[in-house]
Amino acid sequence: MSQVEAMVSLERLTRRFGDVTAVDGLSFDVASAELFGLVGPDGSGKTTTLRMLAGVLLPTEGDALMNGTSMARNPESAKPDLAYMSQRFGLYSDLTVRENLHFYADLYEVPRAERDQRMERLFRFSNLGPFTERLAGKLSGGMKQKLGLSCALIHQPKILLLDEPTFGVDPISRRDLWLIVHEMVAEGVTVIVSTAYMDEAERFDRVALLNEGRLLALATPAEMQEELKGKVYAVVVDRLREARDRLQPLHQVERAAVFGDRLHVTLTDPSHAPVIETTLQDGGFSVRGTDRIEPSMEDVFIHHVSQAGVL
Amino acid sequence: MSGRAAPAVRVEGLTKCFGDFVAVDHVTFDVRPGEIFGFLGPNGAGKTTTIKMLTGLLPPSEGSGSVAGLDIETEADRIKRQIGYMSQLFSLYADLTVEENVRFFSGLYGVDRARRLERRDWVLEMAGLTEHRRRLTGELPLGWKQRLALGCAVIHEPPTLFLDEPTSGVDPISRRRFWDLIYQLAEAGTTTFVSTHYMEEAEYCHRLALMNRGALIALDTPAALRDGLRVPMLEIETNDAPRAVAALGDAPGVRDAAMFGRRIHVTVDDSITARPVIASALEGHGLEVGDMTDITPSLEDVFVALVRRAGGAPDE
Repeated sequence: MSQVEAMVSLERLTRRFGDVTAVDGLSFDVASAELFGLVGPDGSGKTTTLRMLAGVLLPTEGDALMNGTSMARNPESAKPDLAYMSQRFGLYSDLTVRENLHFYADLYEVPRAERDQRMERLFRFSNLGPFTERLAGKLSGGMKQKLGLSCALIHQPKILLLDEPTFGVDPISRRDLWLIVHEMVAEGVTVIVSTAYMDEAERFDRVALLNEGRLLALATPAEMQEELKGKVYAVVVDRLREARDRLQPLHQVERAAVFGDRLHVTLTDPSHAPVIETTLQDGGFSVRGTDRIEPSMEDVFIHHVSQAGVL
Repeated sequence: MSGRAAPAVRVEGLTKCFGDFVAVDHVTFDVRPGEIFGFLGPNGAGKTTTIKMLTGLLPPSEGSGSVAGLDIETEADRIKRQIGYMSQLFSLYADLTVEENVRFFSGLYGVDRARRLERRDWVLEMAGLTEHRRRLTGELPLGWKQRLALGCAVIHEPPTLFLDEPTSGVDPISRRRFWDLIYQLAEAGTTTFVSTHYMEEAEYCHRLALMNRGALIALDTPAALRDGLRVPMLEIETNDAPRAVAALGDAPGVRDAAMFGRRIHVTVDDSITARPVIASALEGHGLEVGDMTDITPSLEDVFVALVRRAGGAPDE
């Protein structure tokens, strides 16, 4: 990515709280109109990173340039370009859907003339149109998230930062949320989304995998999965946990785990596939099937953590 | 797993009405001892109401059920000692040590005095926290807290365990470790109910029950659910995914279109005949049509398709 295109640029961005380094020297660029994922478990530094990008928390070291503005030196002047939806977005539960949107429009000084048109558009994407007079406190969890997102978008920001927008939202409402996000990307907005759900990583253009404040990997989801292509197998076998314990110590096996009624086995090399059946048969197990499967993002994450020697 | 043993949980025509609203509508299923049974469904589908009836917190309006051999209506009080419960908002005390939490729960659940030490050691060992027994619970990493919460929920050796999004937000390695404990309990005969919105958790269950608008709309293993919904699905590249989804809304032969990153996933009646229809619908809207690939639906795709087929989620 060339320098010119970078809408967001992190330079050794670091944040410490006392002895704890929550974010440890993150450097990467996000291009204009890119849909970028910060993916990692709780405690991996996602929220702290987003709060620094949003200008609500100053970095201890390093910097983030948001559309060219330094968040270490000048966070206030970047704010008109930014929208940030935190995990506890401040909706007023005793105001209606429409009143909440007007409140944020006032806050961001959206001109009256443009306001109605933007609200109609947001209602259309969010399917909130039929509920404009409902109190925000009476909305379901998924609808609240959609309203929060609509409020964050009322001032047409260049960069949208979303902290775990799908947390606690059911799969049906999640689809509507993604639809709104993609509408924004299609209009040229740069979007950075954090999630602890590995399976959501496949939706992003590029993904930064975070663990304990550090960058484990940065690539497109396809590139990440490519590394494990041909190495992940599902095995249907009896005495699952015993079978897992038999396979795990083998040097050809990076990891074996029980999933419901089968094992998932990650090999260190695709050529080792036969070792699964021979080992289990020698151990007196009855193997009912061995199938090569697509590596999941969870497999990818565990692979990188193993490689980084964190285990 | 022996299919012949008496069911650990049996529910027949279970129904709950609140005024005119039917929250749970004639639900029937059996759960085998040692089975890990997942409960899925959009918000408002009736999962929580069903679980409240199974745990004796809410009497059914109609129908019947039993948990660990106890009737959920007439023996509701006795059920509470026969179950363990753990939710994502666990009830651990942050300002107590690990050991103190275990002691607290063992008192709460009325574990025999004679067995308390033995059970305490078992819980600490199982959760892998023996060496950390004197640490404050609030200082532990999330994955450890979740294992401790599980240990506390099973300290009284309940035959039935209820988990509500137990591994939400935890790193994948801790999650696998958590599920290993569940499998260990399952092998020893504990029956586990898991309710979740996340397919990552659902994948660990033996069977999944999908609810929508109070009704049970599917019940099978994760693999069978995926295989059963062998509806053809295409992944399509285009230059404007949101507009492409809208453009395919009423195209003939298209059942559902959803965004997946910059691509779209389209459920169709027939993958061969749908291709030209989709291409002309997209081109008619001035959209570019890139590669079209046949794909296998994910568990989440299956979930959404089944909910739509059953009339859509309550919010829609």
